[in-house]
Amino acid sequence: MKTLKIEELSKNFGSTEVLRKINLEIDEGNFLVLLGPSGCGKSTLLNIIAGLETINEGNVHIDDYNVSKVEPKDRNIAMVFQSYALYPSMNVRENMIFGLKQAKVSKEKIEEQLEKVSKFLQVDALLERKPSQLSGGQRQRVAIGRALVREPRIFLFDEPLSNLDAKLRVEMRREIKKLHQQLKTTVVYVTHDQTEAMSLGTNIAIMNHGVIQQNDTPENIYNKPSNTFVADFIGSPSMNLIKGNLKESSNKVSFVTHGSNIEIPINGYDFKEKSNLDNKEVFFGIRPEHIFFKKSNEEDFEINLRADLSEYIGHEQIMTFNFENQEVLAKFPSTVKIDLSKNTKLFFDLTQISLFDAKTEERI
Amino acid sequence: MQDKIHSSYKQLEQKSKYTNLFLRWFLYFVLVVFAFYFIFPLYVMVVTSLKTMEEIRQGTLLTWPSGLNFDSWLVAWGGRGYGAGDTFLKPYFWNSIKMVVPAVFFSTFIGAMAGYVLTKWRFKGDKWVFLFLLFGCFIPYQAILLPMARTLGVLGISNSVIGLVLVHTVYGIPFTTLFFRNFYVSIPSELVKAARIDGAGFFKIFFKILLPVSTPIIVVTIIWQFTQIWNDFLFGSTFSFGEAAPIQVALNNMVLSSTSVKEYNVDMASAIIAGIPTLIVYVLAGKYFIRGLTSGAVKG
Amino acid sequence: MFKWLEKNLPKIVMAPAVGLIGWFVYGFVLWTLYISFTNSKILPKYELWGVGQYIKLWGSRKWLIAVDNLLIFTALFLIFCVVIGIILAIFLDQKIRAEGVLRTIYLYPMALSFIVTGTAWKWILNPTLGIQKMFIDWGFENFTFDWLVNREMAIYTIVIAGVWQSAGFVMALFLAGLRSVEDEIVKAAKIDGANLFTVYWKILLPMMRPVFFTSFVILVHISIKSYDLIVALTQGGPGISTTMPALYMTQTAFHKSQVGLSAASAMMMFMAVAAVIIPYLYSELRRENAR
Repeated sequence: MKTLKIEELSKNFGSTEVLRKINLEIDEGNFLVLLGPSGCGKSTLLNIIAGLETINEGNVHIDDYNVSKVEPKDRNIAMVFQSYALYPSMNVRENMIFGLKQAKVSKEKIEEQLEKVSKFLQVDALLERKPSQLSGGQRQRVAIGRALVREPRIFLFDEPLSNLDAKLRVEMRREIKKLHQQLKTTVVYVTHDQTEAMSLGTNIAIMNHGVIQQNDTPENIYNKPSNTFVADFIGSPSMNLIKGNLKESSNKVSFVTHGSNIEIPINGYDFKEKSNLDNKEVFFGIRPEHIFFKKSNEEDFEINLRADLSEYIGHEQIMTFNFENQEVLAKFPSTVKIDLSKNTKLFFDLTQISLFDAKTEERI
Repeated sequence: MQDKIHSSYKQLEQKSKYTNLFLRWFLYFVLVVFAFYFIFPLYVMVVTSLKTMEEIRQGTLLTWPSGLNFDSWLVAWGGRGYGAGDTFLKPYFWNSIKMVVPAVFFSTFIGAMAGYVLTKWRFKGDKWVFLFLLFGCFIPYQAILLPMARTLGVLGISNSVIGLVLVHTVYGIPFTTLFFRNFYVSIPSELVKAARIDGAGFFKIFFKILLPVSTPIIVVTIIWQFTQIWNDFLFGSTFSFGEAAPIQVALNNMVLSSTSVKEYNVDMASAIIAGIPTLIVYVLAGKYFIRGLTSGAVKG
Repeated sequence: MFKWLEKNLPKIVMAPAVGLIGWFVYGFVLWTLYISFTNSKILPKYELWGVGQYIKLWGSRKWLIAVDNLLIFTALFLIFCVVIGIILAIFLDQKIRAEGVLRTIYLYPMALSFIVTGTAWKWILNPTLGIQKMFIDWGFENFTFDWLVNREMAIYTIVIAGVWQSAGFVMALFLAGLRSVEDEIVKAAKIDGANLFTVYWKILLPMMRPVFFTSFVILVHISIKSYDLIVALTQGGPGISTTMPALYMTQTAFHKSQVGLSAASAMMMFMAVAAVIIPYLYSELRRENAR
């Protein structure tokens, strides 16, 4: 039994298609993050799960029951919003118990729940205050509390941290993580922030233009992006995508970029399909953090590149190199000293690379 | 267990479907009923103006006229052609036009300048100056009728269109200032600063930078002032009753002074003629009209 | 000299507006106030006479009727405008088909003058050929609807026409208020299981407090100043049964030539409006400063 299952779901607003044939499954207790740039349809998808938006095609199942036509309140879900959406005319207590009151839960039970949750979230001292008298972080807690008291099957979070300042955001992120570890409730979490996604999710579904690009564990998303969009979207700075061709001769595969005679051997690469590789146009993907200044293991490929630009950011520096007129970024500790406009010896960690078909932009 | 949950889901589905359907119907029903209440007088006015007096006596308010009979419109607009006691709207309609155009222009221009200074050339106490002007939106005009009548007399422009232009310009200023001030507040002051660094002066900044982006608020202000001044009755009836009366005063005189038999069809035609300019503006530029109403709606 | 001019240009440009309002609003109100303390008849006299005009005013039966009418009218006008306005706003807020058309219909009376409104309603309400005849012709033979010519009821016809004219305006204010509420609040309430009624009654309407306040101020203001509608609909009649302060003031000044007395009545109106407006302006200004 899947806690949440979405089948072939499509949605359009008028003639614009927002979601196209979405398929998604979540196991009990998992933390799924929907990640993507703004306008990719992730919030619409969340609203559909909540029952706040209608569906054009496909179905949503909660606990194996098709809830596509069930009202939001009857879906056994709770939601935390970006703007917190606290009711301004009610105080914290009334905000938190509003849902239970609507569900006609007994007075004793409400009080019990309220006490438990408000203690747990440390908002028990704020119960009589109005939302306008709370700080951003406190509002966030109350909004989470309002969701918690209902003890839902699934928690939905819609960019809950994006209205907080940078420091508070990190703090609240940790608290949400702790919360999930303790309660083990299933979560669907929407964000455009990859750090949040990586640190919180047990699964991440990356979306673009209404389509799920990859749905996988954070590790696989980072190490084995399934297409150039995912490769480019995750990581900061994002993965270097160097255009070039494959060369296959006597069972040895190598990568050659245009106008260069450097052959990068990629025999160790785990191809999905190892045929028709010769002369194939590809992107050679390597992350800036997998380019080293010193040789770290035997397979590292040595290459001389000219340094063009240096960006110092405290604990590290980001260097831009020129590789046959394509920019290659690398990340080094800030202690390393590199001269600009000179060729520098670098090492590519070839165990960490990705290759993409230049036409389909899919991983090969 | 599972089955039980599922069947309760099913019930919920059914229930919400029916209540929603019922609510929808109820909603439209109420909305349509009110629409009838609001449209009813306009409908009655139009059909009555197209009937003959004979038809009016025989039918009811709602009966459809026998044909498109514009006779009462012609009478309302141009009279019957005999001398004494024949009041008709044509000359007063033009009085109103002559009064509205300059009054709207002057009050809008003064308000625009005032709003510009109050937001972009702020000086000490400018908030109080704004409040000082704003209060003018709210005063009951009865408190200024007596001295105004005397002033117009002293200036020799009582009972004239010029007098009314002066009155409407002055009492329009608080509203036009309010509109422009609230609009210019939302325009970034960086724009003005940049222009000053580029060497533009007070008037250049106003005419070259602010005025070109002011179209929406100019439309709002013009529509607001036009509607208010066209529809005014208090000033018109107090300061100008004879030849120079504006159309609302003339309409009221026509309706009240009918000597022998009441001619409702002519009355309704007159009312429509007096109301049609503002109605046309409303239909064509409703958006701006509503914006004026909600942002400065204080005038009675 | 040129330098001084340039420096003070903004103030010089401001001067006409301030000067005109200073003279024509504040100066004139003070003049009226002064005259209200004199014994002026047709022409203003300038020696002070004390509060005699105010004593005379509050001893006048007609003025008391006018004040009485104003209270009745204001109360009913407020209640009906706000209730109808809110109902229409909430209903229109439900993703209604043809919302634009309905909104246009509800609001068009605001574009008409009170004289036009009064003329139309006078015809509709007239007992011989209006609504009464319509119902009799429909077969309700004993139907009577003669409020317009009934001393007791005539004031309510002014309410009917006034509400017709202004309810749409309240609708527009509330609709704008409701539309400015964040979507997520309503979504949160839906997930919390609130039905439509609860969403509005417990959450959205309490959030509309500033809109209530604004509507209240504007409607009271309209009702204190109402003059045109009464002139067009009843001329204060039958008898003096629908006199209101604004009508009283002009009649006393221009028909009865009791300039001092009418100045006193004008000042009473001025004070009533000030009592409503000054707190309003104060709170508006504070809200703006807080932003």
